[in-house]
Order: sequence, then C-alpha cells, then structure tokens
Amino acid sequence: MAQTADLKQTPLYALHCALQGKMVPFAGYEMPVQYPAGILREHLHTREKAGLFDVSHMGQAFLRGDDPAAALEKLTPADVRGLKERQQRYALLLSDQGTIKDDFMVARLAGETALFLVVNAATKFSDFAYIAERLNGLATLEPQPDRALLALQGPKAEAVLSRLIPGVAQLGFMQIAGFDIAGADVVVSRSGYTGEDGFEISLAAKDAEGIAQRLLADPQVLPVGLGARDSLRLEAGLCLYGHDMDEKVDPISANLAWSIGKRRKIDKDFPAAPTIMEKLFNGTPTKRIGIRPDGKAPAREGAAITDRSGRVVGQITSGGFGPSLNAPIAMGYVESAHAADGAEINLIVRDKALPAHVVPMPFVPHRYKRSR
Amino acid sequence: MSEVRFTDQHEWVRLDDDVATIGITRYATEQLGDVVFVELPDNGRKVGQGAEAAVVESVKAASEVYAPVAGEVTEANAALVSDPAKVNADPEGEGWFFKLKIADRNEFAKLMTDAQYKEYVKGL
Repeated sequence: MAQTADLKQTPLYALHCALQGKMVPFAGYEMPVQYPAGILREHLHTREKAGLFDVSHMGQAFLRGDDPAAALEKLTPADVRGLKERQQRYALLLSDQGTIKDDFMVARLAGETALFLVVNAATKFSDFAYIAERLNGLATLEPQPDRALLALQGPKAEAVLSRLIPGVAQLGFMQIAGFDIAGADVVVSRSGYTGEDGFEISLAAKDAEGIAQRLLADPQVLPVGLGARDSLRLEAGLCLYGHDMDEKVDPISANLAWSIGKRRKIDKDFPAAPTIMEKLFNGTPTKRIGIRPDGKAPAREGAAITDRSGRVVGQITSGGFGPSLNAPIAMGYVESAHAADGAEINLIVRDKALPAHVVPMPFVPHRYKRSR
Repeated sequence: MSEVRFTDQHEWVRLDDDVATIGITRYATEQLGDVVFVELPDNGRKVGQGAEAAVVESVKAASEVYAPVAGEVTEANAALVSDPAKVNADPEGEGWFFKLKIADRNEFAKLMTDAQYKEYVKGL
C-alpha cells in the first residue's frame, strides 16, 4: 500500500507477521497494535503472567565522553551525576523555556562512564539532534539504530527471564546490567511501561528474533501489541509523550516534579530553573490529574472537562477503558482549583455531560520489585 | 420470512414484516476488536436513514452505528449494556443492537445483499 511505503520495520517485523499481528503505522514504523488474542486478553495476561512487547522503534543511544552526566544535566532536571553504576532513572528532556521536549530513561552501566539513553520513538530524531548540538564537546552521542528493544512485563517476567539469564533476578527495579544469552550480549534493565514488574532487554538487531522466540516459547508469555501497551500504561498512570505532556507543558503542571533531582533543585542549574522552581513553590494554573467516569462510557482524548455548572475547566489527554478495572479511566489537565482528589467534574462525550471524579493515580497499583 | 441486508458501514439489517433488527457485521467486530461499551437508542426514538443511532466502543476507539433504514426504535438489546462482549461473540445473532419499525421498505431493498456485501468486504 502506498501509505505504508515510507514506514520502517523493526527487526521483529517478520515475527509479528508470523504471529498474525495487526500491523498499523506508529511513529514511522509498522507496528502490531494487537495479535489474535486481542487487546483485552493481552492486557489481562500481562497483569496475570507475562507479556512480550517489541519496543525496538524507540530510540537508543550511548552518551560517551569525559563527563556525559554533566553534559546531559544541561538538558534535564534529573539527577544524572548521582546515578550509581547499574542504576537507571526517569528523566525529562527540557526546552530552554523549561517545557517538556520528551521523557526518557538514562542509565549508567557498570564499569563505564558512558550513559545509556532510551527515548520515545516519535521524537527520537529530534531528541538526538537536540542533545547532540548541546553537548559543547563534553560528550558524544552515539545513536544505536541497529539495536532492538524487547520488554517482558508481568508478575511471571522474572521467572521467565531467569530461565535464559540465571542471575537476572538480582536486579532490582530501575537497575541495569549486561548479560549473555547463548552468546548474545544483552543489556537488561528492570523497568517498563506497564506498572508491573518486568524487564527491558536491549540487544543487537540480529539477535532479537531468536531471543523473542525463546521468550515466546515459554507458556507464560503472550505477545502483546501497542493497544494493550497503551491501556496498561494508562492504568499505571504513566504519561504518553505527545498526549499527556508536550512542548507546551512544564514538569510541574505535568505532575512530574518528582523527576527533578534534589541536588538539582538546590543548584537550580537546569533549563528555565527559576521559572520551574517558582511553579514548584507557587503552583501552576493547570495540573495533570487522574479521572474516573462515574458511568461505563469511556471519555477519549480531546474530550472537554467542565465543572458541575458546565464551565470548561480542562481537557482529557488520554482516555479509554481500563481492562483490569473493567471500567473507563482517563487522565487530563484541569484548572488547579478542580484538581484535588474527589473533585466533581463532568466529561463532555457526544455532547452529553457525564459525571466523573478526580482520583489519585495510578489507577492500578504498581507492582515493582525494588531491590532488597 | 426474514431477509438480511448490509450497509457499506458494516451494519446488518434483518427484516421481519416491518420490524428491522440491526447490528454490526463480523467484519466490523474484527476491525474494532474487543467491545467494552455500547450505547443504545431509547425506545420511541425516530431515526432517519444514515443517522447515528448507537455507539460501540473498543478499548482503542469509539465508533457510531448508523440506522441503515429510517424508522422508530421499538427495542434495544439491553443485554449488551451489561455484557458488551456479546457483540464479538455473536455479532450477527445475540449481539444485535436495536430494532426499528421501518418507514420505507424501499430503503431496505436498496441495501447490499449478502453476496454483494461479501464482495464489498473483499475489496477493502
């Protein structure tokens, strides 16, 4: 088809087709939105056992040099210099105005000064260009287009991956290390985008299909597409870049102040630090919140949020159905006066005002395995 | 003697005397994925041909169900509200959406036959 001619494929494309994945365009790639099991079963299976996701479309890069952490801290308010070996952290990439250009993961591998970055698929080229041009010779960015990325998520992920990597269970949440799977070098972090315990496995493109096949051979593992990845992350209260935050939003409005390092708050040495610190202390006009509609009808991205008198006070940025709750859920931004847990709001769906409440997130409790 | 016709929006209509039963086709459910919510029209509502009459939502998205023929709603399938998965399980049977007392049989006669619909889907 003409519209798919420019789309790229991940190293697992042939496997997705063999598994009868329903392929759709996403961030410039042909990706499986679901497999024959369907989004509901894929979602529930991940919460109950383990799901395997191809996230090779995401951007991976090494940042090398004498002091890559110092270089990266010019662009993020996260504590990068404080990362210990084998530790991974969530971070925001900020514009000069202090708005969110992307969110990403940054890790320090054992025995290396290099940092390992994973950024969003849709923003990877702009992120890499933005980072590279602002390193001021302190570091060199090395994108890794020939690496694939698999995510194995769910309560059985540890048992499943331990069969291929004895010792992987020693990793705690947000720890990362290199391992060997039958001669293939892999970098495994204990993290993910589902709220479940799980791992992300970075590996050479040529090794991806074989290792994916070995993981799928385990009866606990089901392949899971982007549809369930989205419903899982929404239940976990995790932001989707370009929807729940973007370059118009600052970290405080987005409720991501926790990603600003303590030392960074004291030193105020990140982009637009005075502006962001002012918002942190004095609050913002709008805030990102979790929403539970009172009824069964889902409210989707773009739906207006009103107060009970009908005045528009915000908008939904992600909304749908939470399979684990068997109920609709949403997140969005509202005027801060309406952002308290329990606040009564209406969601405008097909011109009807549906009653809803502001609720704390995550909607489904996280089940991360922190190191003992 | 009932007869079934189809629309290019993937609704099916079964006509028994002047009562049309309407649902979405198996092809439509396969495109939608797991149905998690349906909104059905109230009894007595008059709908024009092609008007939005119901809503069907999967995990991913919401879609409208259009009235393939004009008429007055006489019954909605309340069982779908509590168990939307019936739409996937039996789209052209237990997963029916609503019934209409039809206004004009000619509208029905102009819809696609089973063979025409199958041909139409093949071309998609």
